[in-house]
Amino acid sequence: MENKLSVKVCTGTLCYVMGGAELQLLESYLPAEIAARVDIKGAPCLDCCNRTDAGKAPFVQVGDRIVAEASLFKVAEVIKEMLKAEGKWAE
Amino acid sequence: MGGITNNAMIIRRELMTRIARLLMQGKLEEQVDRIPLELRPKGSTDISRCCIYKDRAVLKYKIMAMLGFHIQDEEDELTPLAEYVRQAFRRTEVSDEPLTVVDAACSACVKANYVITNMCRGCVARPCLVNCPKNAIRFEGGQAKIDSSKCVNCGMCQKNCPFHAVVYVPVPCEESCPVGAISKDEKGIEHIDYDKCIYCGKCLVACPFGAVMEKSHMMEIFRAFREKRQVVALVAPAIAGQFRTPLENIVGAILQLGFHDVVEVARGADVTTANEAAEFEEKMKAGQPFMTTSCCPSYTASVRKHIPELEPFVSHTRTPMYYTAEMTRKKYPDAVLVFIGPCLAKRFETFQDPNTDYMLSFEEIGAMFVAAGIDVAQSKPADVGAGIDPSGRGYPVAGGVAGAVGKKLAGRVDYRSVAFDGIDKARIRELKGLVRSCSGNMVEVMACEGGCVNGCDVIANYKVASRQIGELVKK
Repeated sequence: MENKLSVKVCTGTLCYVMGGAELQLLESYLPAEIAARVDIKGAPCLDCCNRTDAGKAPFVQVGDRIVAEASLFKVAEVIKEMLKAEGKWAE
Repeated sequence: MGGITNNAMIIRRELMTRIARLLMQGKLEEQVDRIPLELRPKGSTDISRCCIYKDRAVLKYKIMAMLGFHIQDEEDELTPLAEYVRQAFRRTEVSDEPLTVVDAACSACVKANYVITNMCRGCVARPCLVNCPKNAIRFEGGQAKIDSSKCVNCGMCQKNCPFHAVVYVPVPCEESCPVGAISKDEKGIEHIDYDKCIYCGKCLVACPFGAVMEKSHMMEIFRAFREKRQVVALVAPAIAGQFRTPLENIVGAILQLGFHDVVEVARGADVTTANEAAEFEEKMKAGQPFMTTSCCPSYTASVRKHIPELEPFVSHTRTPMYYTAEMTRKKYPDAVLVFIGPCLAKRFETFQDPNTDYMLSFEEIGAMFVAAGIDVAQSKPADVGAGIDPSGRGYPVAGGVAGAVGKKLAGRVDYRSVAFDGIDKARIRELKGLVRSCSGNMVEVMACEGGCVNGCDVIANYKVASRQIGELVKK
């Protein structure tokens, strides 16, 4: 399926140590109908940790949006919100 | 269990990273007292406790533990952290008591587990009061109150209250301890009884205030770096699952930190496998009903302190760390040997081991990478493990040790393995029962659910780590 929402989970060491390791479970955490609409990839350092305005690690990029202090719950909420905005999913 | 993300864990890792960074810059003594202020700056609204000052005080004591001190060693509250840094650099011995309770952070938990809420209607029947066997209930302002000095946590009040006004409030550290080794003193502060403690680390993961801390060896290791000594890392096989990178990069990153050499403990696991298989064969021939593994120091401590009847069945084979350290000591007689591992139990084993000097947890090595600005995936891959049996790399996942021994025995003898992973109160009772009846003849015991990949000091979620290690073993 084309046009899946891109989700990049930072696997850089800083993000990983600061709680990002847990985000590796994102795919199995998401309900199946949402998991089917996203393309989850591990990404090398998103370079957010070197910016002062990006907030705190761990970082995940959902579409063009950077999620700081990312948790499974928080990322799932952003994914749902963006899918809804694009009209690709309704609760 | 270490992989569960929460703020107490994040604060700990942030502190570790700051300490490591200042050590690398040679500025720890000069700037250590600023760390609590930097994390909780004036006007900060990001406060975890009653006020900013308490937050800062707790951070100070957590740093003290990370410098390797027992919090109760403090003689003068005005002693700055810089003084502890100086003392730590002069220190010649590490302590055999690996944990310390930050008393300023503790004491927030209830003394009695049963609490009467505002839902109490102060009824006429008062079955709570009538049925309390210890006379611990009194009525004040029309509501029941529990006198914690009399309460024995029997739960009769909760069972009898018609309004469901009584709630059970756990004390997480006490509840998590499999052997009753942590309990409150008269001031309500938790203390660890080392006659009972099995070093499983469950309390330090369970405490939502992060009050139970490991005394770090980071200062000793940095001193060795500073004195230009050869520092050699012995890495536990569980490390292969800790970062989203191949093992080669992890070893490369450790070398980049300034370690002279990195030796995989999986090498010693091969020796453990061979010895344990030979011992198993011998014992079965001698008619022993079963044998248990011996590589989890938390399990062997449980047997020593709480299940002595099981002692004759525990294998005499030494742990992979022991054999690896023995080999490495021969190669580097004057080096400082640092074991890098997943848990508190291994920190205790390091203390006992004749050849290993210090221990770094996965959390600590992770913090050191962050402090040094090393992205493990970008580090130069190093050669790893020529001549290591893949089964040795499988040790940290539940079933791995029994699997390796079974493979070695290659069907020569009847081999039926049973695995116990995760020691808790019920499991201790089950282990006691093994002496009377055991369904297999080889018992693998690991204190953590899922194996060492779920130790109290791990970074990665154990399911993810197990998957990564599984791929390595298949190779």
